[in-house]
Amino acid sequence: MAWLESNLLSALVFFPLAWALVGLALPTDSSGKSSSGKYWALTGSLLTFALSLLLYGSFDANGADFQFKELAEWIPSLGVSYHLGLDGISLWLVLLTTFLMPIVILGSFSAVESREKEYYFLLLALEAAMIGAFVALDVFLFYVFWEAMLIPMYFLVGIWGGKDRIYAAMKFFLYTLVGSLLMLVAIFYLVSLHKTQFGAFSTNLLDLYKVQVAGGDTFWSPQSLVFLAFALAFAIKVPLFPLHTWLPDAHVQAPTAGSVILAGVLLKMGGYGFLRFAFPLFPQAVQFYQPMFLALGAIAIVYGAWVAMVQPDIKKLVAYSSVSHMGYVILGLFAMNTIGATGAVYQMLNHGISTPGLFLLVGMIYERRHTREISDYGGIAKVMPLYAIALIIMTLSSVALPGTNGFVGEFLILLGTWQTSRLVGAIAGTGVIFGAIYMLWMVQRVMFGPLKNEENRKLKDLTGRELLVLAPLTVAVFVMGVAPNFFFSKMDTSIARFLEKSRATPVAAAKTLNDQPALARQGE
Amino acid sequence: MIALIPLFPLVGFLINGVWYAAAQAPEGRKAAGSTAPGVIASIAIFSSFVVSLLLFIQLQGLPEEARFIEQNLFSWMKVGDLSVDMSLRVDVLSTLFTLVITGVGTLIHVYSIGYMSHDATPGKFFAYLNLFCFAMLMLVLGSSLPILFLGWEGVGLCSYLLIGYWYEDEEKAKAGKKAFIVNRVGDLGFLLGMFLIYTTFKTLDFSALKVAVEAMGPSVPEATFTAIALLLFVGCMGKSAQIPLYVWLPDAMAGPTPVSALIHAATMVTSGIYMVSRLNFIYTPSHTAMQFMAVVGALTAFFAATIAFAQRDIKKVLAYSTVSQLGYMFLACGVGAFGAGVFHVITHAFFKALLFLGAGSVIHGMHEEQDIFKMGGLKKYMPKTWLVFAIAWLAICGVPGLSGFFSKDEILWMAFASEHGSPVLWALGAGTAVMTAFYMTRLYRLTFYGEPRFKSEGHSKAHGKDHHHDAADHGHGHGHHGGVHESPAVMVVPLQVLAVLSALGGLIGIPHASWLEHWLEPVLPHHALNASVNPSMEWVLMGLSVAGGVFGMVLAWKIYSDLKYAESLKAKWAPLHKVLENKWYVDEIYEAVFIRPIQKISEFLWKSFDVKVIDQFVLGFGRVSAWTGQRARVLQTGSTQVYAFMLLVGLVITLGYIIYGLA
Repeated sequence: MAWLESNLLSALVFFPLAWALVGLALPTDSSGKSSSGKYWALTGSLLTFALSLLLYGSFDANGADFQFKELAEWIPSLGVSYHLGLDGISLWLVLLTTFLMPIVILGSFSAVESREKEYYFLLLALEAAMIGAFVALDVFLFYVFWEAMLIPMYFLVGIWGGKDRIYAAMKFFLYTLVGSLLMLVAIFYLVSLHKTQFGAFSTNLLDLYKVQVAGGDTFWSPQSLVFLAFALAFAIKVPLFPLHTWLPDAHVQAPTAGSVILAGVLLKMGGYGFLRFAFPLFPQAVQFYQPMFLALGAIAIVYGAWVAMVQPDIKKLVAYSSVSHMGYVILGLFAMNTIGATGAVYQMLNHGISTPGLFLLVGMIYERRHTREISDYGGIAKVMPLYAIALIIMTLSSVALPGTNGFVGEFLILLGTWQTSRLVGAIAGTGVIFGAIYMLWMVQRVMFGPLKNEENRKLKDLTGRELLVLAPLTVAVFVMGVAPNFFFSKMDTSIARFLEKSRATPVAAAKTLNDQPALARQGE
Repeated sequence: MIALIPLFPLVGFLINGVWYAAAQAPEGRKAAGSTAPGVIASIAIFSSFVVSLLLFIQLQGLPEEARFIEQNLFSWMKVGDLSVDMSLRVDVLSTLFTLVITGVGTLIHVYSIGYMSHDATPGKFFAYLNLFCFAMLMLVLGSSLPILFLGWEGVGLCSYLLIGYWYEDEEKAKAGKKAFIVNRVGDLGFLLGMFLIYTTFKTLDFSALKVAVEAMGPSVPEATFTAIALLLFVGCMGKSAQIPLYVWLPDAMAGPTPVSALIHAATMVTSGIYMVSRLNFIYTPSHTAMQFMAVVGALTAFFAATIAFAQRDIKKVLAYSTVSQLGYMFLACGVGAFGAGVFHVITHAFFKALLFLGAGSVIHGMHEEQDIFKMGGLKKYMPKTWLVFAIAWLAICGVPGLSGFFSKDEILWMAFASEHGSPVLWALGAGTAVMTAFYMTRLYRLTFYGEPRFKSEGHSKAHGKDHHHDAADHGHGHGHHGGVHESPAVMVVPLQVLAVLSALGGLIGIPHASWLEHWLEPVLPHHALNASVNPSMEWVLMGLSVAGGVFGMVLAWKIYSDLKYAESLKAKWAPLHKVLENKWYVDEIYEAVFIRPIQKISEFLWKSFDVKVIDQFVLGFGRVSAWTGQRARVLQTGSTQVYAFMLLVGLVITLGYIIYGLA
């Protein structure tokens, strides 16, 4: 136990991976199928969730620093370390990940028929990589986990995906690749700057926070460029308008589990990246680009909602709704105040509840009817009353009805944005109207009206397993809507520290990448 | 104890909701009849009424300036300087609303047991009805703007669910959606107004806000007050159906009639008046906002009344009448007579709920017929309904002594004599009163008098329409299946109670001896009269409006006693009648100006911008790299290789940079 207490984060990262590897060795029957694979994976994900609850239990809400820290040398010559740690923000993102995983696995039970073992292996491996990315405090280590997430995701879409899965996977890759590589270049630049300023390489994030990057007040200054390299990688992940076009294709082609993880956790990686890296590392550049990102966030909200409105495919509609909802996250972060930042983090969690719920629901009728066209449905509330209740609850969360989680996030973000810029706040606010339009219109066309299509008459309502999949999400919608303080109380301190670190202090201007302030050079 | 008021209906909702979802909705299970769910729901809301009454009595025992009780349940949101408590507060204003909501609410719940007896899913219906009461009570009891907003959107949700209750009819589902979305337009105004309050006064709590406004008042520019007041008023335009956002309310009549009575007449639609009265200290410093509110109210009152002239559906007439009466209430608030607005909220709750429930009784008795031109002579068939309906009719027409007379007259007098008032506002209000008397008499006469214009047996056509009724159940327990009949006691008794209230409810606000005005003083300060107005004018104007009302009634009675003559009049005024019948084409204008263009633009953005511009750019990049890859013979089958290759290139470049930097 003592070992577990001091290595809890490592355990969380490597336990699902180890469990997944063992799962590969499970016996298969003559047809190559392994019926035990899914139960094995479910057990593993539940154990991981239980493990993560230990984090919640012993997390100190008032702790001034990262907690559960683990630090070991890895590649000393390059200053690379194995450095893990958790604050009040990553705590909730890790819990979101471990909370969603059993749901995703249980939700896949009837959807996956081919190569089950490999499928569940990839899901658990993905979980390991995602947790790793959230707890890494070394940029190199972060980058490793960041890239490692792509591989299982790529295979999940590419093997178990829909008709155009190769195209979608390719597009997903191209986008993410460009961002990642630029980020890598920026990381190496930062690391070498650390050498210049402090005399040694270090990829330790806490060391890099001390590095002074010149400029940030003009477009071509070093800090601006490095910031943009990071921001591009994260903005693609979010995805921020106009870098969002990979998302609808990836979602539509991905199997349900892929969409759930993509929307539930992977997109959060973008917002988290801004929080943990881009903001504290480059405060001046953040300030310089604040208007641009506020504008992009507001555009994303409205643009995503408008385009969602005209989608004929339910899954694509939900995908575009993600573009809209994640626009709020960007807005909250770039509002640069406590209310906005708290709202942004909360919105990430909310979106990690409601959008997975919607994707699971879409998957459930897709399994029954093998179509996602809105026009193929209509009136199915009559034959699927429980399904209708579940869909309406998730819709309410998505349209941010007070009492549900969505409201708390949107309210705080819009209020925080309003404090920074009334114009942007008002424009983004129209999202509350358009959000209601596309969601309710979809609900109306799918659920209400007469049962026109004969094939829909035979639709079976939710099974016990499906109810079990949806129940935790439904509970979360209301708990997070009524008792947000429960969550805020653990993240307050971390958000205050984030804002403090991201507060811009003027740094001497520099013209080129090599022109660094003289003071900092003294360390050499 | 305050928390019990919303808690009871919440528990009722949970019981009925869980029961419905677990044991009635699943396939193969049978729905409960309306009795058990209805009794559960009625007990829940009646319990709230009892608690509301106890609190009212308790308030009366307190000294005037200390007449409020607060209960802080828990902290809802605490972020930085923002702190929102889940806290309830009952004071002289909210206690009146809780009494109306729970009192009229109880009557409507009981009535619904009868009205929904043929329905397929009464469990769901009563769950929604209780949920609505919960949200509505949160709205009036919330001690801060966010809690009010919680209730505000909550009632909107229930309105959506109940309008589209018979969702198999696409039109009804659409009407529910329309209500929600139009309200959302208003809610955006509410939200932004709330934000502006927070950034100006640093609090969202009502009592703290009042203190802050009093302390900072002079240093805050009037323009800020105006902006806040107008933004919040946009919210009222949505919820309380004022021009230009009133369009959802007539469509909302798609819901079951008890819903129209409870939500779309007596309670929810008056939320706007509640909010404006609650925040009167924000409104009064801005003359512009007050004027704006008065003008919008007066115009809505007038405009909606014109539409009511030409509607054939009994519920549609009542719906436009509601829009019109809500306009009166805002007219009152706009001229500073918030108390008169609240007074009219109360009397209107009585007589309009009665009108709707009476109409429901007629519709129920006529087997879902709603066209007043297919009724007639119902006095003979439904004597009890006829009698109570008569009281409501006279009350809304402003016949002296009945409730509507007192509240309407006070509004008209204040529209004239208040320092914010003017003869023009009075004239619009008085003209509306004449029109109201006219169209209500038309409705009453066509429904209950004259020759029956229906076949007393059969009603095959009407039957075909009511698909939401379980065909097998229909008529069960009715001795005279197919015939027009009086409603059962469970429906008639609530009507009779409301009839008494409609008759006597005005006595709480007799001019110059108004209990209500005095009661509300701690929250709604006495309004100043224009010094140049001669006080004796009050009696002159009262006489004028009564005379106008009688004129309208007599005229309508005359015209509609001879339907041929009425038809010829209609033919003579055909173009105008058509415009009125089509509600001034406002829906069509919205469709052309907002809905279709946005859809077109969205299609364009998706198909042209997303797919053609952005994607082609990215894929172009992909093609270049794939081409390079093929040339280099590194790539064999798929994009993993591209990826690996690029990763390698990236590593080489960056490592090169570092080594270069090292050297």
